[in-house]
Amino acid sequence: MAKPVEVTDQTFDEKVLKSGLPVLVDFWAPWCGPCRMVAPVVEELSHEYDGRMQFVKLNTDDNPMTAVKYNIRSIPTLMVFREGQPVAQIIGFRPKPDLARRIEAVLV
Amino acid sequence: MPRFDEYEVVIIGGGPAGLAAGLYAARALRRTLLIERNFVGGQIALTARVENYPGFADGIGGADLAQAMHRQAEQSGMETAYLGVSGIERREDGKLTLHTDAGDLVARAVVVTAGADPNRLNVPGEERLTGRGVSYCATCDAAFFPEVEVAVVGGGDAACDEGLFVTRYASKVYLVHRRDTLRASQVLQERVLAEPKIQPVWNTVVEEIEGEQEVEALRLRNVVTGERSRLPAKAAFIFIGQWPNSDFIGDLADRDAGRHIIVDLWMQTKTPGVFAAGDVRAQSARQVVSAAGDGATAAIRADHYLNDHFSERLGAAVPAAERTA
Repeated sequence: MAKPVEVTDQTFDEKVLKSGLPVLVDFWAPWCGPCRMVAPVVEELSHEYDGRMQFVKLNTDDNPMTAVKYNIRSIPTLMVFREGQPVAQIIGFRPKPDLARRIEAVLV
Repeated sequence: MPRFDEYEVVIIGGGPAGLAAGLYAARALRRTLLIERNFVGGQIALTARVENYPGFADGIGGADLAQAMHRQAEQSGMETAYLGVSGIERREDGKLTLHTDAGDLVARAVVVTAGADPNRLNVPGEERLTGRGVSYCATCDAAFFPEVEVAVVGGGDAACDEGLFVTRYASKVYLVHRRDTLRASQVLQERVLAEPKIQPVWNTVVEEIEGEQEVEALRLRNVVTGERSRLPAKAAFIFIGQWPNSDFIGDLADRDAGRHIIVDLWMQTKTPGVFAAGDVRAQSARQVVSAAGDGATAAIRADHYLNDHFSERLGAAVPAAERTA
């Protein structure tokens, strides 16, 4: 079972942009309460889409370059990348079934 | 997906009221399911620090408190499912059918602890710029606006509390309030008015939020003089009250003019087996501690109700061996 792994400014290119599978990036920070509370939901999704999409987390405090590059101004923000390009962005938290629908739309 | 088709107690909403109800129902050895639409903790997950929950003399982080409450309830056998509920119906046999995103569930008793969502200003620019400077969660977003001037809209506890939090980052915080006095508790008012970074803007409402890619300014109107002005700001944190999540209850419960669910002192609605607790109910004190108390009361009464109306028990939702430590 694939739990979301942490990526950094240094590993973002290799782990996200050059990934063979689409990647969902969970932008979060330790001081963001909702970001911590959504972790179990994102983890459930990572199990449900195991093998079809990769799930990673990026701490915006420790990795400001990536957060600035994608103009993150609100967390949690979830972004889906496919072949190096952002193809979906979900700002703030949405109910799990909504997230699943957004993921399905990317996977089609 | 929930493990079972039928539960003894289903709790709708995972804030403090729901978590306390779940703890008490699970400890009463009822098969208990907590349904949460977004994330567990509700509004306390949005709160940087809770300073008025008894027992935590130095305060406690909102998410820390939420996680601890959730873990405690799950350790007692409560199950959690991340789903939305769109409606409830009472069956002939007295059980309740819940319509969820994952299909129908049967509940013998339901505790509605769905809380309330923040009100929107409903002005031009607000929706388009949400997440681009418009925010309803200072603890989530304030850090993205360091050393710039921002606005906080509102004058109650939430606006004052969050406004103080925003001063950690912003160089200046305009507190835009439609009255000429704050409605927050005295201790918060004093802190806000003594904070040099906060400048109140009295008797003023927001008419528009301007900006192309992100918030650049707020268009304001003074409600006394009618004078209009433009306030440059990089962010607008909005705390102007909340709206209860009670629509799915339908006609199973009466609601007041503000759509809060009307209950008696045991948190019972007019429908047997249907309870409401916390911010979603009428006349709530809207505090973490009162919500938790409501949830416990509702769960205790639900246990009595189940004893009186159903002879057999269903067994715990999550067996002891599978409970996370």
